[in-house]
Order: sequence, then structure tokens, then C-alpha cells
Amino acid sequence: MTAARPAVLAKGLQKRYGDVRALDGFDLAVPHSMVYGLLGPNGAGKTTAVRILTTLLRPDGGRAEVAGYDVARWPRMVRRRIGLAGQFAAVDEILTGRQNLKMFGRLFHLGPGRAGRRADELLEQFDLTEAADKGVKEYSGGMRRRLDLAASMLLAPQVLFMDEPTTGLDPRGRNEVWVAIRSLVAGGTTVMLTTQYMDEADQLAGRIAIMDAGRVIADDTPAALKSTIGGDQIEVIVRKATDIPAAMKAVVRLSAAEPTSDDANRRVHAPVTDRVAALTEVARTLQDDGVAVEDIGLRRPTLDEVFLRLTGHRADEQPDAPAQEEVATA
Amino acid sequence: MSTLTAPTAADLPELDRERRFYWAVADCWTIVRRDLTHLIRQPSNIAWQLGFPIVSVLLFGYVFGSAMTVPGGGDYREFLMPGLFGMTMAFGFMNTAYAVVLDTSKGVTDRFRSMPMASSAVVTGRGVGDLVAATLDLVVLVGTALVVGWRSDGGMLATAAAFGLLLLLRFALIWIGVLLGLMVPNEEAAGNLFALAFPFAIISSAFVAPSLMPGWLGTIAVWNPVSSTVTATRELFGNPVSSGGTWIEQNAMLMAVVWPLVITAIFLPLAVRRYQRLNR
Repeated sequence: MTAARPAVLAKGLQKRYGDVRALDGFDLAVPHSMVYGLLGPNGAGKTTAVRILTTLLRPDGGRAEVAGYDVARWPRMVRRRIGLAGQFAAVDEILTGRQNLKMFGRLFHLGPGRAGRRADELLEQFDLTEAADKGVKEYSGGMRRRLDLAASMLLAPQVLFMDEPTTGLDPRGRNEVWVAIRSLVAGGTTVMLTTQYMDEADQLAGRIAIMDAGRVIADDTPAALKSTIGGDQIEVIVRKATDIPAAMKAVVRLSAAEPTSDDANRRVHAPVTDRVAALTEVARTLQDDGVAVEDIGLRRPTLDEVFLRLTGHRADEQPDAPAQEEVATA
Repeated sequence: MSTLTAPTAADLPELDRERRFYWAVADCWTIVRRDLTHLIRQPSNIAWQLGFPIVSVLLFGYVFGSAMTVPGGGDYREFLMPGLFGMTMAFGFMNTAYAVVLDTSKGVTDRFRSMPMASSAVVTGRGVGDLVAATLDLVVLVGTALVVGWRSDGGMLATAAAFGLLLLLRFALIWIGVLLGLMVPNEEAAGNLFALAFPFAIISSAFVAPSLMPGWLGTIAVWNPVSSTVTATRELFGNPVSSGGTWIEQNAMLMAVVWPLVITAIFLPLAVRRYQRLNR
């Protein structure tokens, strides 16, 4: 019955806090069994969207369906089919890892025996068996997030929402969470994850929606999105500002798109396709032209650049970040 | 990688109407068990919460005790103990508020709200759990009181009624605690609630007979719900009462029931409404 419908569907969602439009016509359709990345800077409305889709917030307008059920009309049906891993590891710090999972299992209405077995299973799956009977207070950040993830999939959710699951984690903790997400999707779960990190979405997501000012402004595969901003970037920093035009000239021959210059930092950058050829070619041209170069290199496109390209403003110039976005507790 | 035994929504018991009540109770009990596990895992918390009343026993009973008089006569320490019981109940709303704000700020409340559990259980579980904790508080406190020579001269029934009134006050304050816990932004702010709790408990008949206070302060003290409960329990325990002649003091027994009911009638709906409005 739910197979024909998208795992997550949002149509024209509206949510405002005072004068701030946290969501302003938010549309989304997430297919089944994939990681769907919702990408955007702080204040773009990612958390608000997730909170509405997980029945925590009521939208002011528009409608949303999760796993085939309208979130406003059938919140309980939705709650039985979703998992939520928020910005914080929402677990009880005083209880042990096992006690946490058993408690949440009981609250998902698994019987006592089943809740216990499921807890053991998840502890094993998330490599927490050894720490199972330690208080969560003694857990590292990565372990807490893994426990949080385990708690959010006690019921093998059809759709798992993860709101910035790796924010504040060290690289190792981040990797642990990534591994867990990949194995989930292999098991058929749809994961909708929000992130501020382009590389995270790139690593995990089969499709990415980019949000700005409360709505989705682009929605495509990572490869397609990257090609719209031209993939890798070559970046040249010249010693004297007067050399910027010369650097532009050297770069433009290699790039499909118009190079961008940043006079204050004496920086020129442009998207390139063939990384190595571009680097050697530009370096040689600059040397031949006698341009004094401070630094030259290749780098991946950043979220800022995606933004600049898609919206014409930088991600950190986002004017009105609602407080709810930071605190996540409305 | 969901394993073969991973249950899905389809495996769950149906949520028909008759089962709703069952799950409301079952989920409440799960939350209560969580609170009890907290107590077991952190017994030092009880010691910490009771530190103040026990220090007060020593401070007021022995340090200031000789300078304290009970108008109308009677042993001050006998007079003091019901006051300390009442104070501990009065301070209890801070424990409630703290537990609520901790769950909210850590996202645990949101996790509960995103789950198919009975939503009433978050509030009812908190209430029952806090009452159990308050009972344990009283047990430890009464033990201390017995050590320093306090006795209840009332019968079994009167003594039980006195503890019933104390727990009734605590029950009423749960709703103020839940409301404040949902209103304050973080744990630090919850700690500041002590500034509210301290005068609430002290400007009452708990330590000093209001008749010994300046007129206006005495009036505030006798109308403090804590005073009615404390005075009523003194009567039931057969401890020195030292009631002034005002109507509110004359009817302490009645008011020890009425005050908590009034507080509950006002703050229970406010707390529930505040909780429901988390979705705004």
C-alpha cells in the first residue's frame, strides 16, 4: 500500500516563528531505500523540516506524508514507522546502554522479552556490547551517537530521520556513524539526513536536496549537483593584486565556466574537470607569464560555492537564522 | 542491516481503543521504572537532596534550637520535624523541574514524542516516579527524626494521614515543577529555581511560628500552602502546633487538602497544555 508512494512527501510546508519564515513552501519527495541528504546552512530550515516530518512540530500550512501516512492526521501511524536521531544523542545518561534500549523498546511496545533480545542485537550491531552495562555518562561522543542510532531503529523503521548526525563528532566517531547508516540502507531503510557538510552528503546520499531560506532550491544526485557547479576547483593566490587579470587569463583557458576572483584575498578560482592537467597547465602558464604565485592548488567544491552558484549569496550571509534551528527544542 | 528478528510496525499490537488505556498505564510504568533505576544507579542523589533537611535538623534543632521558642509551649525539636518534612516536600518541585528540563534539553522528550508510546505517560510517569522518590525522602527523613528523638503521638491512622497530606502537597507541586521545567531553558536555569523554593519553604510555619514574625510577613506565612500542611501534620502527629488565631490556621486540616487540590486544578492543565504546545 505504501510502496507506490514516496517514503517522504512534503508539499508546500509553511512554518513561521514570529517574523521568521523557517519553512516557506518546502517541497520534497524522497524515494524508498536510499539515503537522501538535506543540505543547507544553519537557519535554512532543515531542523524545522525534520521536526514536522517526525510529528514533533505542527506546520502552519502545507501537508506532509511519511511512509504513506499524513503526519498531521495519523501521527501515531507515522511514529510507528519512523526513527529519529536528532542533533543530540537523545539517550538517558544515567542508565546503561542496555537499560536505555530496553526502556525505549518497551515504549515501542515490544514485550519485555523481545525488548531485551532486540537490545542485545542492536548493542552487538553497533559494537556496544562491551560497554552495554556501563552508564552512558562514561560513553564517548561516537558511542553515544551509536546508541542514539540504535534506539532510533529498535523497530526497524521504514524511514530514519537523522538531523546532523555527525555534528560535533571527531573523524573516528563520524566514520562509525557513516558505517552504521550504510548498513541500514543496505537493509532497506530509507534514511533522510540533514547535514551542513557537503562531503558527508557526497559520501552517503544517493540524492541531495539543497535548502535555502525555508525551501528546497535544488534537488538532484550528488554528481549532477557537482557538475552544475563544475566539480573540482582550481585556486590560485597571487602575490600582487595587479596580477589578478593575468591569473584569470591563465585559468580561463582550462575551465568550462567563468573564473571567479576575490580581490581582497588576491584569489582566483574556477571549476575544472581534468584535475592534474589543469594544475600543471595553469602552473606553467603562470610561470611563463612571470606571475608571482603565493599558492596554487585543487580543491573540492564547498557548500559555500554550491550556494553562491545557486542562490547568488554565500551560505553564511543567510540573514535570518531562526533560534529554533540552533536549539532544536521549540 | 536490519536482522531477521528486527520487529517492524506490522508486528506491533493493535492500537484499538480498549488497548489505549492499557498502554497508557504500561508506558507510565516503564517511565516510573526508569526513575527508580535512576535512584538505584545514583543513590548519592538522595543523600544530596536530603542533605539540606538533615543539616537543617542539626542547625535548627541544635544550633539555633535553644534560642527558638514555640509560642504556647512545647519542645522545639518536636515542633521542627513536621516543618522539615513539609520543607522537603516543598523543595520537591525543583527535582521535578530539573528532571523535566534535563529530558527536554537532551532531546529525550523529543524522542518520546516521536515514538508511538502513550503521550500521557511522559507526564503521568513523571508524577508517579516523583511521588515514589518523595516517599523515599520521607522514609530517610523520618529515620533521622527518630534518631534525634522525634515521635508521633498520634495513632497509626493519624500518622498515616499526616504522611498522606505531605505527599498530597508534593503531588500538587509536581505540576508546578513540570510547568517550570518546560519553561526554563536549561539545567543551570533550573538550579536558579532555588531562589524561588527557599522563601516558599521558609516563609511558612515550618521553622518559626508566624505569630513571631512581623505582621505582614506572618500573614504571608500563614497563607502559604506549606504552612497549612505543616500545621495539619503537627496536629496529626500530636506535636506542638502553636497556631495563631486566624481562620486559615484554625482550618489547617481543611486547607492542607484544599490548597493542593487548588494548585493541581490550576497547574495540571497549564503543565499539560505547555507540554502539548511543544509542537508549536
